[in-house]
Amino acid sequence: MTSEAAWTQPQPDAALAQRFEQRIRPESGWFDVDFKEIPRYRALIWLLVRRDFVSLYKQTLLGPAWFILKPLLTTLTFVLIFGRVAKLSTDGLPHLLFYFSGTFTWLYFSDVFTKVSGSFIANANLFRKVYFPRLIIPISILVSGMATWLLQLLTFGVFIAYYRWTGSDVRPNSVALLTPALLLMLAAAALGLGILVAALTMKYRDLSFLLSFGIQLMMYATPVIYPVSAIPEEYRWLFYLNPLTPIMEAFRYGFLGSGTFSWPQLAASAAAIALILLLGLSFFGRAEKTFVDLV
Amino acid sequence: MYAIETDGLSKRYRLGVSGTGWLVRDVSDWLGESLRRVRKKTGGGPREDGYVWALSDVSFNVAPGEVLGIVGRNGAGKSTLLKLLSRITRPTRGEAVVRGRVASLLEVGTGFHPELTGRENVFINGAIQGMTQAEIRQRFDEIIAFAGVDDFVDTPVKRYSSGMYLRLAFSVAAHLRAEILLVDEVLAVGDVEFQRKCLEKMEDVGHEGRTVLFVSHNMGSLLSLCGTGLLLEAGRMTAEGTIEDVVRRYLAVQRSDVPGFARRADFDPAEQVIESVELLDAGMNRNADFNYGDTMNVVLHMAGTAREPYGVELRIRSSKHELVAYANSWIHSESGVFERPAKVVITIPELKLVQDDYLLDFNLRIPRLYHVDAWWEAIAFKLVHCQPPGSPMSLARSESWGGVVLDDVRMVTLDP
Repeated sequence: MTSEAAWTQPQPDAALAQRFEQRIRPESGWFDVDFKEIPRYRALIWLLVRRDFVSLYKQTLLGPAWFILKPLLTTLTFVLIFGRVAKLSTDGLPHLLFYFSGTFTWLYFSDVFTKVSGSFIANANLFRKVYFPRLIIPISILVSGMATWLLQLLTFGVFIAYYRWTGSDVRPNSVALLTPALLLMLAAAALGLGILVAALTMKYRDLSFLLSFGIQLMMYATPVIYPVSAIPEEYRWLFYLNPLTPIMEAFRYGFLGSGTFSWPQLAASAAAIALILLLGLSFFGRAEKTFVDLV
Repeated sequence: MYAIETDGLSKRYRLGVSGTGWLVRDVSDWLGESLRRVRKKTGGGPREDGYVWALSDVSFNVAPGEVLGIVGRNGAGKSTLLKLLSRITRPTRGEAVVRGRVASLLEVGTGFHPELTGRENVFINGAIQGMTQAEIRQRFDEIIAFAGVDDFVDTPVKRYSSGMYLRLAFSVAAHLRAEILLVDEVLAVGDVEFQRKCLEKMEDVGHEGRTVLFVSHNMGSLLSLCGTGLLLEAGRMTAEGTIEDVVRRYLAVQRSDVPGFARRADFDPAEQVIESVELLDAGMNRNADFNYGDTMNVVLHMAGTAREPYGVELRIRSSKHELVAYANSWIHSESGVFERPAKVVITIPELKLVQDDYLLDFNLRIPRLYHVDAWWEAIAFKLVHCQPPGSPMSLARSESWGGVVLDDVRMVTLDP
């Protein structure tokens, strides 16, 4: 091997090098998240989402049907326990519709939250050996969750059509057009909380034990299995402190025509979620830089 | 403008595992400097126990297209340096500027998913390194062809041999569109044929104007690939310059340490029979400095696990890793094989070598058959002074004199 030729130095594309200039510094500041790079990794997000989908039903008998079956089975449990046994109010809506609307939307939130908060630990081996913007993993979880949710939304639509056809009092209205915004808010809340917990569990694993309990608790604090109207008037303000409450209520109001909907509450919820997301990004931004030193 | 500039790059690691103690330390870190200052006044120094500096105050520049070899022993901070430059972790102090996209091959098959096929893994791996789908598709055939796994693209990589796995991983990294390539010790595994191919590919990389930082324990590939080098010792940069100078410094450093070595972790022979090796002088004292004509004793300590009797081969390499001399135990007779020896003592009655740093290779083999154990560049020694008796001058540099001195050559003149 001739070595002289190897280190002749041809002129590389200076503009290109300039464009990808990176400053590597100690972690600094309260908000150090690099978003600029993320678009470059679109392909990775897409592949991760696809891998999620494919790997999920590769070894199962029923395959993609599980995307629908999972919330449906939970719904049936709720119908049985909360509807038939505990006889909780459903605002006069058909039980299946009421519980299904709450369940699949809640499952989106809790699945994304859980997976994102475990994403550092689950990908530690990868993170240790290669760099890519760490936010890619949470984003891909978010996106694959959305795809699942859309499938479930279609199923929900079929249920609504069936109940209307059989004469139930279900009135979808224009608020349903807010669905994309509601989904985004839910996604932002799950992402914000998820990355916050991910950043904290990295050092203090104890948190991961509290997580599943915490999420369960959150479900009961959110009108998933009951409508806000079932709450005594004087305590309702307490429920509206939960930024997820207006989202659930607005969603149910838009598709089923019962429940409460108010712009100010939704706006307050959006503001609270934005705050959570910023807080999450701030913690995540600090944690992602040195995460690999800790595992 | 440089492709890489580093200024005072330092990295501190916490020792020990995370646990309850951490909360206390975090709180005290957070209370921070004020607390520490108080402690200083009361007589205690800055608290550094529980921490280790893997890299401290490293500053260097790399020009575009430069191929830089990073030399150092295990734990010297080589991998930490690459991790900082590839942004896997952040420095504790200091700064670096990297101009261009960085592709790193810090470990073979990083991000390969065993259940996915070769094809799927190429796409995921490329995407992890920041390539778009279109870019990967465009290079896909080239990647597969270089790796030589054409027939297995749709087989899950868990069924690949380790060689195939390595080839595919290297191939993806080598075909990435990146201006800067960071490579850590990947060539320590794999067969000789593929190593050669990788080295050639990396030379091509140099031609394309890509900047390469290359970490290796293999002085041969460092010397043939790199133009410049830097030497790390215990986290500090102790030498910088042409690769030849740096390697020479490194070998000197390694030699001066202990003239007895344990097996290096990065070599994987069929069996591990040799346990350790030491160099002794004529009086059987440990030594690593010899003069021309000295007696050298090499003691191989054996584990005695070999299934069949074997012979021993010895090779001497110059500091440039060229083979300069060879010896074996069966050169004079068929019976030069040993049966489960505890030690083998090789005596070189007179070292007839010119001044240089030398390395020794050992092969254990059944004559004319296969290798039992191989341990290359296992130990180094220095030939300090070479002045054959009667010679008016010393033979100082191996570059001009070669390695072995043929001292019984007769030269006579014949008159016409």
